[in-house]
Amino acid sequence: MGYETFTYDVLVIGSGGAGLRAAIEASAAGVTVGVVCRSLLGKAHTVMAEGGVAAALGNVDDRDGWKVHFTDTMRGGQYMNNWRMAELHAKEAPDRVKELEAWGAVFDRTEDGRILQRNFGGHKYPRLAHVGDRTGLEMIRTLQDHGIHQGMDVYQEYTIISLLKQGERVVGAFGYDREKGLFKVFQAKAVIIATGGMGRIYKISSNSWDCTGGGISIAYHAGAELIDMEFVQFHPTGMVWPPSVRGLLITEGVRGEGGVLRNIEGRRFMFDDIPDLYKAQTSTDEEEGWRYTQGDKNAKRPPELLTRDHVARCIRREVKAGRGTPHGGVYLDIAWIKEKIPNAAEHIKRKLPSMYHQFKELAGVDITKEPMEVGPTTHYIMGGVKVDADSQMTSVPGLFATGECAAGLHGANRLGGNSLSDLLVFGKRAGEYAARYAKEQGAVAVDENQINEIAAWALAPFERGSAGENPFALQDELQEMMQDLVGIVRNENDLIMAQDKLKALESRVAHVGCTGNRGYNPGWHTAMELKHMLTVAQAIAISARERKESRGGHFREDYPDKSTEFSNVNMTLKKGDTGQIEIRQIPKPEVRHDLKQIIEEMK
Amino acid sequence: MAKLIFNIWRTGEAGGHFQKYEAVISEGMVVLDAVHQIQAEQANDLAVRWNCKAGKCGSCSAEINGRPKLMCMTRLDDMPADKPITIQPMKAFPVIKDLVTDVSRNYRLKKKIKKFKPRPPDAPDGTWRMYQSDIDRVQEFRKCIECFLCQDVCHVIREHHLHEEFSGPRHMVYTAALEMHPLDVEDRRKDLKETDGIGFCNITKCCTTVCPENITITDNAIIPLKERVADRFYDPLMKLLSIFGKK
Repeated sequence: MGYETFTYDVLVIGSGGAGLRAAIEASAAGVTVGVVCRSLLGKAHTVMAEGGVAAALGNVDDRDGWKVHFTDTMRGGQYMNNWRMAELHAKEAPDRVKELEAWGAVFDRTEDGRILQRNFGGHKYPRLAHVGDRTGLEMIRTLQDHGIHQGMDVYQEYTIISLLKQGERVVGAFGYDREKGLFKVFQAKAVIIATGGMGRIYKISSNSWDCTGGGISIAYHAGAELIDMEFVQFHPTGMVWPPSVRGLLITEGVRGEGGVLRNIEGRRFMFDDIPDLYKAQTSTDEEEGWRYTQGDKNAKRPPELLTRDHVARCIRREVKAGRGTPHGGVYLDIAWIKEKIPNAAEHIKRKLPSMYHQFKELAGVDITKEPMEVGPTTHYIMGGVKVDADSQMTSVPGLFATGECAAGLHGANRLGGNSLSDLLVFGKRAGEYAARYAKEQGAVAVDENQINEIAAWALAPFERGSAGENPFALQDELQEMMQDLVGIVRNENDLIMAQDKLKALESRVAHVGCTGNRGYNPGWHTAMELKHMLTVAQAIAISARERKESRGGHFREDYPDKSTEFSNVNMTLKKGDTGQIEIRQIPKPEVRHDLKQIIEEMK
Repeated sequence: MAKLIFNIWRTGEAGGHFQKYEAVISEGMVVLDAVHQIQAEQANDLAVRWNCKAGKCGSCSAEINGRPKLMCMTRLDDMPADKPITIQPMKAFPVIKDLVTDVSRNYRLKKKIKKFKPRPPDAPDGTWRMYQSDIDRVQEFRKCIECFLCQDVCHVIREHHLHEEFSGPRHMVYTAALEMHPLDVEDRRKDLKETDGIGFCNITKCCTTVCPENITITDNAIIPLKERVADRFYDPLMKLLSIFGKK
């Protein structure tokens, strides 16, 4: 089987925020670095991030600091978080954001010329550094433009389909280039997976094309442990109309700027259900809520800015109770602020330019005049590859994971803005520790037999040709099924049914076919991708069934409350000897004493 | 449900041709939805590049009824319903397959532009002070999603094929973002004149017209850069000073 081979000290798979930040750090450490991008450089899903990057800079409210950010992150994650990651994240995020400025990022400013910060759900103080509502673009472009001068080699439109091992250790990866469809082998002393999330296994998703969970799957098949896969975040505000844009994200920044949620009766239903954990810091008064969004330090935040898991469920409740909008959502209204401030339309366009543009172009709605129709959309996976907090090394030697595909920081629910800071803090750490690991290792060798086996599997869909199953039809079925049975509200029967259907799909995927030749062939690409999408779907379903309680992003209508039994365990998955998923409940590590105290003090 | 006819460029052994497809259209659909539907049901190997389907990544650039556009932001109900819709790859770039073009040239060009070089930090904690009014213009340029539609429509590149001589609108916008960055201390004027070929732009503003981010490329980026280059190289006083300077 013919293939081209490249050799690096560190191979980074994925070129979103985490991958690029890791590659920059590894390059700075003086090792050779290869970066594999599935798409073109600078197009990864990070580009879609809107609201901002969370860091306790304290520029807008000097009461903020790492301890508050740490506590907010833990509370938002329902204490399922890896406490060490939450600590590192809160402490290091400010430096990572300032560093971006040194690399050319241009954040919005405070009146005294510093980085401006905005309010977001679950953050006690205004904490999100931002650029209007296109913060992700600013971040990825800054990393891209800085990164290309750091000496890394970038492989655009290459897809990795498997990791390569030497004994227990990962020593490289196997994939192909999209343009010609030719096989490529990367030999590397350390491999970093930074492939992002999996929203595309659901029908309604805010995620980009790339987000199929591929990295989580290849790590799993190489023997890495996964944790917390049941914790999927459904963002409360996706577009619901027209159908072709269903799921497209509407930034939480709309609510941060004073936008309110109303049902068809005009009621601000978020006031009807404020969880105990947040009662002390949430306003019960509409006027006070408005003052909070306008920077009144003595006001408590409006319930629209409660955590995403809770807001999403409240929206679903309203729709189910028949109080939804004509297209099955609720109203998100920012236009109303014209009652409060002069030049509101201009203000909205300046603060939320892409939201304005998106609704105008795609839905024919002017958000400065009319409310938006919104509903929950699959947005993020808190779970993923289990990593060591400090180094981001997985349970497999030589393999690192960082960013959304790694798990731990966010626990059962992620706060908005904590993803972009996650990418920076842990991307840097992964790059640093992977480089260090690579320096300690001798040369590696890849195994010809492994390569031949994967290559044969990869080409099999061509042999089945048009007689095989249509890859797009199978993908569609998977997405529909996950949406219906493993979505925002789950129960035992649905999850059993989901597992059965996944089994049936798996045997059909084994007969997937593709036509045409290998060059830039989306049918072939999808045929291979299905394996990874199925793996991740199975991991979510099995974990969701095992966690018989409701917590954060995981809601079971048959077990609607939190349970102490499950409060202390992470669902941990590993590929068994027979190829089956093995699930274990592993006790969470005990929170360090001083951090426990901080959590207590801030309750 | 309405049916629409699409003529989509397919590459083949002998170059390529327009292939006719029919697709069922529902409310609010964009061109990319139709292409996906055709790909899923009729032509699994139809090549199209896309990522976000939200106008944020700039991957799905193509020419729709002859106009350079993002497929994800072009609504079908804005197109004439009685005529077939033609979709073809960007003309100014080599075709890889079907609707996908080789845009790697842009990445090579960008790498040649001198990178951001900030002045020393303003504050002891290593940070800077910049005011919103000072960065508004740069933020406009930084909205660029690198869809390269401006490169596609630019007649210097599209008609005259001066790929090597003129770096093109995208790279002018990128350079402008660096040159007008309040913290940047690098000087790129010589490169603009000599390697980037800024003189080739004769301000027909086609790039501004097609920009999906509504960046006023010509007026706000290219013309001010031209002025800076002129000040540096053609200002009579500077010229005199530089002559005496040499002696």
